[in-house]
Amino acid sequence: MARITAGVASSHVPLLGVAVDQGKTQDDYFGPIFKGYEWTKKWEEEQKPDVIVLVYNDHASAFDANIIPTFAIGCGETYKPADEGWGPRPVPDVEGHADLGWHIAQSLILDDFDMTIINEMEVDHGLTVPLSMMFGQPDNWPVKVVPLAVNVVTYPVPSGNRCWALGEAIARAVESFPEDLNVQIWGTGGMSHQLQGPRAGLLNREWDNKFLDLMIGETDAARHIPHIEYLRETGSEGIELIMWLIMRGALGKKTKCLHRHYHIPCSNTAIGHLVLEPDN
Amino acid sequence: MSIQDIHEYLAEFEDIPGTRVFTATRARRGYHLNQFAMSLMKAENRDRWKADEAAYLSEWPITDDQRQAVLDRDYNRMLDLGGNIYFLSKIFSTDGISFAEAVSTMTDMSFPEYRDMMMNGGRSPEGNRSIREGN
Repeated sequence: MARITAGVASSHVPLLGVAVDQGKTQDDYFGPIFKGYEWTKKWEEEQKPDVIVLVYNDHASAFDANIIPTFAIGCGETYKPADEGWGPRPVPDVEGHADLGWHIAQSLILDDFDMTIINEMEVDHGLTVPLSMMFGQPDNWPVKVVPLAVNVVTYPVPSGNRCWALGEAIARAVESFPEDLNVQIWGTGGMSHQLQGPRAGLLNREWDNKFLDLMIGETDAARHIPHIEYLRETGSEGIELIMWLIMRGALGKKTKCLHRHYHIPCSNTAIGHLVLEPDN
Repeated sequence: MSIQDIHEYLAEFEDIPGTRVFTATRARRGYHLNQFAMSLMKAENRDRWKADEAAYLSEWPITDDQRQAVLDRDYNRMLDLGGNIYFLSKIFSTDGISFAEAVSTMTDMSFPEYRDMMMNGGRSPEGNRSIREGN
């Protein structure tokens, strides 16, 4: 049987992809950020996951303003990196796991989650930057990926509670997949950042660290944080953190923290990163 | 389960200093502006855009205000007229400007000042949470 063995949370700032692609990960600016991922890169080499359910948001790349799916799951065979205005990132194509993707999609729909199913799409920095942070620059990504895209751009975005419950349902779906697979779930985006308007540049170290604390152990308090709190405390784009709740929900009642990293700044953003294990 | 009152939910968004939350109202107003920006993801469109911005914009059913804001690269104005930053990012990416530099143009700081603020821990949430509460 397939099983979710771990959860990883990480920011997905596009500039991190630029740093990797241009070989700047050791310089004074990026060094301290990437140092916090070294532990995880080694750990991933040992863990050798088969599939990542990768929760991310599309930044006006695959989805335009026309169709706005709240939760969309990729069920395709392969996904190409998107051209976000300066040419596609020079990273390998992302290999899907269509069997698991379709299985999760079907299970979620029967479990009352009305998913949008995607067969073909391009994937942007939201998905490829976390892969680069965890796996570096391989010729081919060492895992298959089931992309799960969340609308965190057009309001209302889904509630934290709904995200957490979706994570719980994803765990049930994975557990009923007959093949023996080591599956990780990643929640990406955040932490505090605001990319627009006169308040741009807002960062909130204290709130971010409280949120990191809430991902660990038995508490489920984070599922009840209202949107307005993210907006006021973490900037307009900090709302991406609701995607971490899908990851956290999928790990069950209790988690153990294996690794934690926080750094300010990367471009406009606070970097947060966690590696969690279910501890049930 | 409590059901959130949609009017109260949306009203709160207007109480955040210096911030335009991308609500359905803004998404409707900015639909064509955002779709224009999105079109710059294609290299052939970027070439046509760079060759003649005004001619390229005339192909889109956007308002005169929106057209002028784009030509002026006035990102705060574009936000007011329904633009969303992830769509608008295609414009400044095509201009070859970094996200941080483009973002700095929406503040009252120069790019070097903005960069220094970020290096020193970013803008504090203190006094920036609520217009009503002033906190």
